[in-house]
Amino acid sequence: MASPAIEVSDLHKSYGAVEAVRGVSFTVQRGEVFGLLGPNGAGKTTTVEILEGYRERSGGEARVLGSDPAAGARELKQRVGIVLQSSGFYPRLTVHEAVAHVAKAYPSPRDPADTISMVGLSESADTRANRLSGGQQRRLDLALALVGDPELVFLDEPTTGFDPAARRTAWDVVRTLRELGKTVLLTTHYLDEAQALADRVAIVKDGQIVAEGAPDSLTPASAGYRVSYESQGRRVEHQTEDPTDLLHRLTGDALARGERLHALEVARPTLEEIYLELTAEDDR
Amino acid sequence: MSPIALAWQQFRLERKLFWRNPSAAFFSFVLPLVLLLLVASVYGGDDEQLEILIPGIAGLSIMATTFNAMAFNLTFLREQGILKRLRGTPMPTTSYLAGFLGSAVANAFVQVLVVVAIGHLLYDVSWPRDWIALVVFTAAGVAAFGSLGIALSHVIPNFDSAAAYVNAIFLPVMFVSGVFYSSESLPPALEAAAEALPLKHVVDGLSGAIVTGAGLQDNLGGLAVVGLWAGAGVVLAVRGFRWE
Repeated sequence: MASPAIEVSDLHKSYGAVEAVRGVSFTVQRGEVFGLLGPNGAGKTTTVEILEGYRERSGGEARVLGSDPAAGARELKQRVGIVLQSSGFYPRLTVHEAVAHVAKAYPSPRDPADTISMVGLSESADTRANRLSGGQQRRLDLALALVGDPELVFLDEPTTGFDPAARRTAWDVVRTLRELGKTVLLTTHYLDEAQALADRVAIVKDGQIVAEGAPDSLTPASAGYRVSYESQGRRVEHQTEDPTDLLHRLTGDALARGERLHALEVARPTLEEIYLELTAEDDR
Repeated sequence: MSPIALAWQQFRLERKLFWRNPSAAFFSFVLPLVLLLLVASVYGGDDEQLEILIPGIAGLSIMATTFNAMAFNLTFLREQGILKRLRGTPMPTTSYLAGFLGSAVANAFVQVLVVVAIGHLLYDVSWPRDWIALVVFTAAGVAAFGSLGIALSHVIPNFDSAAAYVNAIFLPVMFVSGVFYSSESLPPALEAAAEALPLKHVVDGLSGAIVTGAGLQDNLGGLAVVGLWAGAGVVLAVRGFRWE
């Protein structure tokens, strides 16, 4: 059985007195799409850049495809593709020239033309990078990360600044990667992106993971269900771990009083509500 | 691909990029030649002045193709995230640097040869009398100016300000170092500055190689000064190097 694609335990990173990452732990299985979701400045990029080998960790353990990323081994880089948060490659190379150049560094690359077509850039293959739109540049970033046919792909905010069409293309590429059995570590501050793409999501806040799980099972540690109804023109709301008991009591009481529970609702908070709640700034 | 083959690929890419970048091609390739033709036209047929000018422009070309080019290019590559991106690929660092630096070295040597050829064909300056000294001083100049250019890129905050940083050094050094006229006609303070800087010694060495035939042994002091700058440049270039 293959080891996990990524194993991180108690990861710390300090810049001087500032602790950007404060004890992050998670595991990404092979073939999984894992999302790190959080607001800007939460420590997502720092975490990913430690795993990519760009930064040294201050503490904790990190393994990527079984190796320590801090060693910067060529063998590891041959198996990993990276989309950085910011775009940019030689502005005076055409798309095809850029992808073909990077392909040469890998032992068994994908065909450059196929890679370009996979990210939807075929019509711009002979366009120089400095004439591409922002969304097209991002697709080029994606092509450069995929041309080495990596087992593991890091996507750091891959769709920030995308128009909806480019976003759809990027999402399709991630889904294609999953179908190909690749492992993907994605960071995003778009909730819908994490929901649409990730098998599992970890929500990061202030350098720590505050919730983790499949997007539809993610619930805050506190009450999992919200039961609400209208009574005398006002909405009454209860939080509960187990709605069965609560509903039995509420409906029993109402029946005993001969009332109806108007507009009764039992809801699990959406991921959006959890996200907003968990990442809300403490105003106190 | 082997690391050597990758270095060759990077070298070829750098050549392509150089010719596609009009301002780089202009400042490191065309500008020294324009200066050569303009100043030579001022000197008319004065052989003595031309024999100062040809090695002077050759030395200037070495500085332009290495010091200026390294400082500009690295600032740009860093600001655009291109160095960081390459760092994330399996391209070995040594292959990348060999291709990148090799291109600048090629520019310097080609430019020196072009200047020497123009000097001979247009202005009747002799072919170099000592080719070995020509190669040695060109190589020493490349090492000193290339490493100092890399070191300078570490302190340039962004690409927009690169021209100011580079020219604040390049232009004064050019004027005191006997590129267009003998530095012996300078005020003593400026002459002393020129003696401490590498360009004058590169120019003197090239002059010995091209014009006077004074061999390496007559310019060992100058070669030592250039060598010291190269040593300091390499230390500063390596110590401050950042990929982003």
